[in-house]
Amino acid sequence: MIGITNGAFIALIALGYTLVYGIIELINFAHGDLFMLGTFVCLTTLTVLGFGTEVGVAGTPWWALLIAMVAAMIFCGGLNMLAERIAYKPLRRAPRLAPLISAIGVSFIFVNIGLFWQGPTPRRFPDLLPQYDFVSQLFGLHTLVRFTFKDLFVLALAIPLMLGLAWVIQNTRMGKAMRAVAQDTEMALQMGIDVDRVISFTFLLGGLLAGAAALMYGLYNNNTVFTLGFTAGLKAFTAAVLGGIGNVTGAALGGFVLGLLAALTVTYAGGQWENVGVFSLLVIILVFKPTGLLGQALGDRA
Amino acid sequence: MRQTLGWWYTATGAARERRVWGTGAVILLALLFPLINGWLHLGWEAKVIPIALFIILALGLNVVVGFAGLLDLGYAAFFAIGAYTMAFLTSTVSPIAFVREGHPVNFFIAMFISAGVAALFGVLLGAPTLRLRGDYLAIVTLGFGEIVPLVIKNTPDLTKGTQGMNPIGYPEVPGVLFAVDPVPWYYLIVVVLLVSVVITGRLRTARIGRAWAAMREDEVAAASMGINLVTTKLFAFSLGASFSGFAGSIWASYLQVIAPEQFDFSVSIFVLCMIILGGLGNIAGVIAGGVLLGGVDRILFDWISGGVHAIGAAIGNQDLQLMDVSRSRQLIFGVALVFMMLVRPEGLFPSARRRAELHAAEELGEGAAQQERAVFVEVEN
Repeated sequence: MIGITNGAFIALIALGYTLVYGIIELINFAHGDLFMLGTFVCLTTLTVLGFGTEVGVAGTPWWALLIAMVAAMIFCGGLNMLAERIAYKPLRRAPRLAPLISAIGVSFIFVNIGLFWQGPTPRRFPDLLPQYDFVSQLFGLHTLVRFTFKDLFVLALAIPLMLGLAWVIQNTRMGKAMRAVAQDTEMALQMGIDVDRVISFTFLLGGLLAGAAALMYGLYNNNTVFTLGFTAGLKAFTAAVLGGIGNVTGAALGGFVLGLLAALTVTYAGGQWENVGVFSLLVIILVFKPTGLLGQALGDRA
Repeated sequence: MRQTLGWWYTATGAARERRVWGTGAVILLALLFPLINGWLHLGWEAKVIPIALFIILALGLNVVVGFAGLLDLGYAAFFAIGAYTMAFLTSTVSPIAFVREGHPVNFFIAMFISAGVAALFGVLLGAPTLRLRGDYLAIVTLGFGEIVPLVIKNTPDLTKGTQGMNPIGYPEVPGVLFAVDPVPWYYLIVVVLLVSVVITGRLRTARIGRAWAAMREDEVAAASMGINLVTTKLFAFSLGASFSGFAGSIWASYLQVIAPEQFDFSVSIFVLCMIILGGLGNIAGVIAGGVLLGGVDRILFDWISGGVHAIGAAIGNQDLQLMDVSRSRQLIFGVALVFMMLVRPEGLFPSARRRAELHAAEELGEGAAQQERAVFVEVEN
């Protein structure tokens, strides 16, 4: 079950990659680090509200969690838009390497902000959710398989967010504009779509999802560190590629598949091999099926 | 003369004269550096050796990124492979029993084997992935750069894991004390550096170098002119890897101890920063970028930290006394990367061709955008 739950965070971050890639074909290198900063915003918000440590907390302070999540979502969304404005927008017509390198620079800046903000050692994240295992307590089964309240919490939050995203893309005016820009930017511009606003909105959406994922990650794993973003980002990117980059459903599916695969690697090969498994998978997919599970043939674009 | 130094000697008249004198002065300065260092009591030998070594890395990466236009974010992996090959062949803790029992391979032979092994890994990774478009290659190499140190860390039976391998064999030259004196190391690295400059410079204007440039500018056009994209890319990629392997083998022997943490992502990025800052594709620019970044990183940061500590001590501020400027290294590099891309994407000392490429694209882009706006206004009215 850990696999599926971890897959949910990865899927949410992967959506941020895929959205941006779908629209401007940029691998937003800084996205994982944005997520890392999101976990710090959650931690700070909870501390300010008086829930920095779980000592003396009876029950789950749902309102505080809600505030923390909204704060992280607004922060990540805003910061992502800001980064786009400063570091990527002026490079939209430059050769393709330029925005990618710029994104690496932004990622460095984010990592360093995280380092100065919370220091180099891992920070404990308060464990505020009830400890409840449905499998053993409801069915009286004591097996290795667990489905805890935490798992339920993450899935109950992540799945509606994904459905919400799908709704925004399919049914709103802005979503329609996004799809148009993804298909043909020049043409969308001719049709009177404000392309800059659409791109900005895409970065906002990606940031919002990363912020939400940040709260879930913090509450589920109870720790965070400034280097978190790099691996999280790489895993999420793998998930996005696995599902077929630029494909929103694919990214969600890729996240869950990758989560399961990582969990299997941990079980059968040991924790230290987890990242090796993930990256090897990335290389293998790119070699044999660069369009991913659900990707269509992109021809020259892939 | 003209034959061996073709690329460098092609300028004419005053330009050639400037180039001859400039290059001569730089080489002379490089060769005399240990003396200057001694006279001025700079104590920089331990700092200059890594800088020179990283410039070799930068020259190799320049072939991949600057000449062929392939973004490689896992360059440190080949550096690690070179270093560990050297350790396997010469260390007393090598997993190869024959070496361990007192038959280390000669350093200079091991150096070439290391470069060869790194190039082989370059081919193995490159052959399937170089068919992919640029962005994907960046991610695959990034993943590879992560996998290699992790595998080293996770196989302590072979590589001693995080504990690191130590000691590693020295070069053996009669009458030269590599074990105690940094000066021979300096000259060894400078010689390798000069050879690298000549090789990469010659390749740039050779048939393969022109194929790289054509491919970088327009893959489809290059392919239709009969350039085999995959083998051309593969050659650049594995050549870059072999430079990295070379540098890695020297690095391992110079440091005498290697551990997986020395080869993480920040190394790849540091080398990439050097070539982007200096000017992609331009050898003199890459060297200048390397000197600049290496100098900032290893010499200037120490000075600033020292200065800040002194100010802190003078005004009695504890935070200032303990502040370590190199902790903001990444921040400074990050800002520098973004800033360079926005202001001068061709680097400080670009090659003429790169500059032309970047600015042509810009002008064309702006022209097209203006046209679009004009059409748009017409439609609205």
